[in-house]
Amino acid sequence: MFGFIIQRLLATIPVLGMVAVFVFLMLRLTPGDPAAVLAGDNGTPEQIEQIRQSLGLNEPLLVQLGIWVGNLLQGDFGQSYFFKKDVAELILLRVEPTLALAITTLILTIAVAVPIGVIAAYKHGTWIDRAVMAFSVAGFSVPVFVLGYILIYVFAMEVKLFPVQGYKEISDGFWPFLHRLILPSITLSVIYIALIARITRASVLEILGEDYIRTAYAKGLTPSTVLRKHALRNAAVPIVTVIGIGIALLIGGVVVTESVYNIPGLGRLTVDAVLGRDYPTIQAVIIVFSFVYVVINLLVDLTYSLLDPRIRY
Amino acid sequence: MTDAPTQPILEIDNLTIDLPEGNDRRHAVDGVSISVGPREIVCLVGESGSGKSVTAFSIMGLLPKGQLTPSGGAIRLMGENVLEASEERLRELRGARMSMIFQEPMTALNPTMTCGDQIEEVLTTHTDLDQATRQTKILDILEQVQLPDPPRMAASYPHQLSGGQRQRIMIAMALVLEPVLLIADEPTTALDVTTQEQILKLMKEIQKTHDTAVLFITHDFGVVAEIADRVAVMQWGKVVEEGSSEAVLKRPQAPYTRMLIGAVPSFTPHGRPREAKAPVVLATDGLCKTYGGGGFFQRARPVHAAQDVSLEVRRGETLGIVGESGSGKSTVARCIARLIDPTSGHIYLDSDDIAQASQSRLRSLRRRVQIVFQDPYRSLNPRRTVGASIVEGPMNYGMSGAAAYERARELMSLVRLDPTALDRFPHQFSGGQRQRICIARALAMEPDLLIADEAVSALDVSVQAQVLELLDDIRRRLDLAMLFITHDLRVAAQVCDTVAVMHRGQVVEYGDAASVFSDPQHDYTRALFAAAPGRGFDFGGALASG
Repeated sequence: MFGFIIQRLLATIPVLGMVAVFVFLMLRLTPGDPAAVLAGDNGTPEQIEQIRQSLGLNEPLLVQLGIWVGNLLQGDFGQSYFFKKDVAELILLRVEPTLALAITTLILTIAVAVPIGVIAAYKHGTWIDRAVMAFSVAGFSVPVFVLGYILIYVFAMEVKLFPVQGYKEISDGFWPFLHRLILPSITLSVIYIALIARITRASVLEILGEDYIRTAYAKGLTPSTVLRKHALRNAAVPIVTVIGIGIALLIGGVVVTESVYNIPGLGRLTVDAVLGRDYPTIQAVIIVFSFVYVVINLLVDLTYSLLDPRIRY
Repeated sequence: MTDAPTQPILEIDNLTIDLPEGNDRRHAVDGVSISVGPREIVCLVGESGSGKSVTAFSIMGLLPKGQLTPSGGAIRLMGENVLEASEERLRELRGARMSMIFQEPMTALNPTMTCGDQIEEVLTTHTDLDQATRQTKILDILEQVQLPDPPRMAASYPHQLSGGQRQRIMIAMALVLEPVLLIADEPTTALDVTTQEQILKLMKEIQKTHDTAVLFITHDFGVVAEIADRVAVMQWGKVVEEGSSEAVLKRPQAPYTRMLIGAVPSFTPHGRPREAKAPVVLATDGLCKTYGGGGFFQRARPVHAAQDVSLEVRRGETLGIVGESGSGKSTVARCIARLIDPTSGHIYLDSDDIAQASQSRLRSLRRRVQIVFQDPYRSLNPRRTVGASIVEGPMNYGMSGAAAYERARELMSLVRLDPTALDRFPHQFSGGQRQRICIARALAMEPDLLIADEAVSALDVSVQAQVLELLDDIRRRLDLAMLFITHDLRVAAQVCDTVAVMHRGQVVEYGDAASVFSDPQHDYTRALFAAAPGRGFDFGGALASG
């Protein structure tokens, strides 16, 4: 088990290396010049050239790559062109909102999706099952930004239960913090609830046909105990897999949701950095995200062995 | 058996259970009355579809809702009609007053809970015992079902135990609260004969010490002869004969019972003369198959699935490979068909050594060896017509579609099926018919060697007898060499000319069927014979003479 973890962590090094080189080259191959953006609409060609010089953008590509990777290995993500700050510092400032949004979304997703999936499986073929499935299809179909604006319109502007936009740090108090995260979390979680409820239903439905479920009923257990103790845990592996993929996809969803709700998180940082051709920031954000993917995948694999004693590493 | 004044533990009175609309018959169970007295073992015998399992599940109230509904009669457990009991009352009864063990110990236990926890669940559901008492009770019952090292067993997960051990866990779980009634649904069918013998013995012992009434569902008259006090035979949802074990087995009255008992293959070999000069179709020489052996990152211990297996089959003859699960008999068959690659040794088909033949050479050899597999329900593609399944092979080897279908029609008559049924799908056929189709599919390739891998094990005895007879007829007519893999000694006695007994990857005894059966040399062969249920009772012979 311990050896497995070490092995997997070591395997992240080449993955991150490839991601680094790939992102670096892709950014340079796409059109757009950071110096032109920085110089603004009225910048003269001389000013632009001067900025290029000072940012080191005139060096050959491989030299630029070498300098960047060299700094990276020393833990230095470089300076943001646009924000004129250390990229590392910039990311740290933006982590909290994104992490908070991701966690509340995840909690909401699991708390809703797993129970309705299990109930749909248990009541399969009834109107409850059909309602859950209908919600699932609808949840898949509505784009995040459409749902975001609808929720804002209904719950923030008409009913005035929640603020329209904005973010408060957790140090400003837990309720203001949570209050502003509710609508964004609902917006972001609907599609994952749809996805995970479906997978849960399918997985539990399959397990409910197993012989040991019949054994459990023959012991005199109540349906809820059978579902919780016998069905759900055996059905969990595919569910956890999809939750893992969901967390990875969440990062994509965060970009849109943060824009809709004006939350100053990593998603917004990414959008701003891309618009400003802020190469060091884009590169750093993508590397951080890739690392998170790899770690989530590792955690998912480790969870398998907790859930199913037959899986051992 | 029952003492005069005592009330029966279980009394099924004129029970009728409806099938959903659109089935071939209206009732799954039709006016069945059976009673089980205190300390009595009643066997409910029948073939698949007879309604025996439905009856058992209705007692537990575990029938699938909306599909099977009891519509008449009563099931009284100690006088209480369980058909009228509420869901809550039924839950109180299940596991405490009546409990059940199932056919497949491999799948009947939850793979994610330890065995101890699964037994404990019965205790926590039905009693208020404290943790320490529960533990003592668990260890005590594990001891009683004769599992070695009870604390370790309690801490084990099901996948860490063998089939026999798992069935003991099931029995422990069923008996931990001393129920008055134990329902056993084919509890030994999935087990090897030697394990089956031990489990039957255990059930008899434990039934005595616990004073439990047992309703034992089985299709196997050998098992009936071993364990039953009384027998009820079911056909088409009705009880056709009931009586003491002795009376039903020795003097069956109903024609159906007579047919069933007559269909049980006899232990006496068929005694067909062998033709000494027939050419050898298949010979293996020192065939070995080793799995694992530890890669760079693993430290797996190598498993010798087959070791130094040397056999031969002559044209027109049947070689039986007999053994229990894990003995390596299927491994040998798969190596011969080159579905898996042997580790070392030679396989001669006529004079070609195919043991290490390349994939391209194998293509032309494949036609010459064909297999019929165990489970006819899973070995035909459900989405293709049976005709398409039969002609696929020959057409793959260049036969024209019209010729292949013509051949398929001939084969359908050869296996005694309607030649016009080629455009039907597998689900429209019964298990026995599907196995005939599998045989036709194999024969379509005009093989030199036909391998039957447990080909009749999944079939009911009466169907089994017909398929065995068909296989024998085909072997004779086409002068085929046949390799017959089975765990069932009775079946082997009926079809094989020579027999190889396998144990832990090795052939421990190999010779003429007549001599192996009449005078087994190896200890393991003797143990295997001794374990066969109903050995004191020569079914096929009993009826022929009686």
